[in-house]
Amino acid sequence: MERKIEYTKLQLVFLVLLRFSIGWHLLYEGVAKLMNPQWSASGFLKESQWILSGFARWIVSDPQILNAVDFLNTWGLIAIGLGLIFGLFSRAAAISGASLLFVYYLNCPPLTGIEYIRPSDGNNLVVDKTLIEAIALCVLALFPTSRITGLDALIPDFKTRKRKGEVY
Amino acid sequence: MNDGENKSGMKRRTMLKALASLPVAGLFSYELLKKSSYDIDKRNSVIKELGLDSIEFPVSDYGKTKPTGDLIRIGFIGFGTRATQLSKALGFIHPEEVTKMTKQNTLAGWLQQEYLNVAITGICDVFDLRAENGLATAENNIRPGGENAVKLPVKRYLTYQDMLADKDIDAVIIATPDHLHARIAIEATKAGKHVYCEKSVAHTEEELNELYATVKSSPIVFQLGHQITQSTVFQQAKEIVKKGILGKITLVETTSNRNTANGAWIRHLDADGKPKPGDETTIDWKQWLGHSPYVPFSTDRFYNWTKWFAYDTGMIGQLFTHEFDAVNQLLHIGIPKTATSSGGIYCWKDNREMPDSLHCTFEYPNHDLTLLYSGNLASSRNRGRVFMGRDASMELGNTIRVTVDRDSEKYKKAIQSGIIDTDSPMISFNPGAEQIDAVSSASTKYYASRGLTTTTVNGRPVDVTHLHLREWLKCIRNGGTTSANIEMAYQEGVACLMAHKSYIEKRQVVWDEVNMKII
Repeated sequence: MERKIEYTKLQLVFLVLLRFSIGWHLLYEGVAKLMNPQWSASGFLKESQWILSGFARWIVSDPQILNAVDFLNTWGLIAIGLGLIFGLFSRAAAISGASLLFVYYLNCPPLTGIEYIRPSDGNNLVVDKTLIEAIALCVLALFPTSRITGLDALIPDFKTRKRKGEVY
Repeated sequence: MNDGENKSGMKRRTMLKALASLPVAGLFSYELLKKSSYDIDKRNSVIKELGLDSIEFPVSDYGKTKPTGDLIRIGFIGFGTRATQLSKALGFIHPEEVTKMTKQNTLAGWLQQEYLNVAITGICDVFDLRAENGLATAENNIRPGGENAVKLPVKRYLTYQDMLADKDIDAVIIATPDHLHARIAIEATKAGKHVYCEKSVAHTEEELNELYATVKSSPIVFQLGHQITQSTVFQQAKEIVKKGILGKITLVETTSNRNTANGAWIRHLDADGKPKPGDETTIDWKQWLGHSPYVPFSTDRFYNWTKWFAYDTGMIGQLFTHEFDAVNQLLHIGIPKTATSSGGIYCWKDNREMPDSLHCTFEYPNHDLTLLYSGNLASSRNRGRVFMGRDASMELGNTIRVTVDRDSEKYKKAIQSGIIDTDSPMISFNPGAEQIDAVSSASTKYYASRGLTTTTVNGRPVDVTHLHLREWLKCIRNGGTTSANIEMAYQEGVACLMAHKSYIEKRQVVWDEVNMKII
């Protein structure tokens, strides 16, 4: 089994805060898309310019694929957000969240020479907030807190008890 | 015992820690409810303030009904670029187009277009190559309706007179160069064929009057090729105007903005810069010229006819017609009292007669309104189409954006209280949405300004030309009036001829409504 990581109280507080805030952000991104029936990823994908632009065009070209992507994106964000907040399957949530955010980043990276029509969020060069959030999720995956404060705490407990033969 | 107590204490602590995120989830739910009720309240107060709460948008029966009535046999007169678009809207494409659309992944979507229960049974074009394209298109079995679609033999006619004499043709679609439209439409009407005629409707006042009289005294169904009114946003714009949201409208500004050689009607070269096919052995040049003065054949004239006065009225006939139709369908202003045009050839200095910069002013004293048109073929800056009222202005394109006027009396209170923001559009309509998008977010505002080429009906993207043809066929089968009927076509025809005459004669022209004459 995994080696248990020991944190100081302060380390734990801030790691959990980071988990809550990213979870909150992704959950609301998903919920906002769910509540706006007009929302579609097509506007974002049409702007895609770097190595994933071919992939983005393929998605936009077929309304069925686009619908599926919109659905998966919305519910993916909600699931990841809930996972992070409740600390349930938190590591899986952090890794999938990081991957999703990394895909967003690769579609529209703020590289010199690539210009976007969409208004950007602040001033970015190579690194933007999406990339930072993706990296922060990687950090959360490596420094898990959900077994200390989160529903994941109940799962290893359950497993341990099963191993000890307390649960039949 | 002690051990047991410890254990249960541990369990309780684990449980508490495990549930530590519950307050966060609670706070999230609270904030979410607060935000959504704030958004709903704000949207509702804007909608109420603008009087949009009682608006009912027409619901289309598109895709909900099955084609009824008899099969309609259609003949195409002229089979150039526009005709291929029209035949596609009817449910027919060339086999090469099938390959192209399969590659682009758009074929499946097109095949879902409503089956119109029509067959193209006749093709008439003066150019052999185009007639052959037409035949291949009409004979292609890959079309909406699938196996059940009616298949009939297709015949090529060398002259349109031959086609009109054939009793096996029920209706014709006229998609020739503009100078031939009215003459063919008159003869088709006399032959008892239903007519779908591309704009512009007539090249001379005499032909326009004759066409009007002929169609008026005939039972046939006439439709002019203006598909804009079929778009969902246009129906919504109609409601906005009817509701008086804009206040008194005294100015309507319409524009055309293009900046390509193709847009300036230079179309005789293919993508590689080589001349397009066609010579006098494959083109019936005399028939193409019709009543226009004889000139020797040239591919320049054959492909780029819009450049000359003998065949067209340029931006007026090609572009302003759509603008006029949009405005007239919304405001029912009819024929202007006066028209003044000016412009010149400022960019495309080839052998053309047609101006590439043209500006027309139409006065409607009986409606207290000026209609402006400004067309330019050397800049593609989008200037839009704007209806300016005292209380709000409406930009009508593929989407609608209504911006409240900062000096509006009607909305004064709402502006002062901050419910209405006059710096950005307060309501926008997107054809994809079935509801009003009020107080739209920055990103929806941004997307609202981007164009769309199709409209959405009952959640499906639909070609507007298809809807326009569908309306025509429906009227042929069940009676009723088409939206671009002969009255609308006549009003538009007069307005266009007035603008053109004004440009040629470099003076203001006046409509004499008593004698129905341009003076």
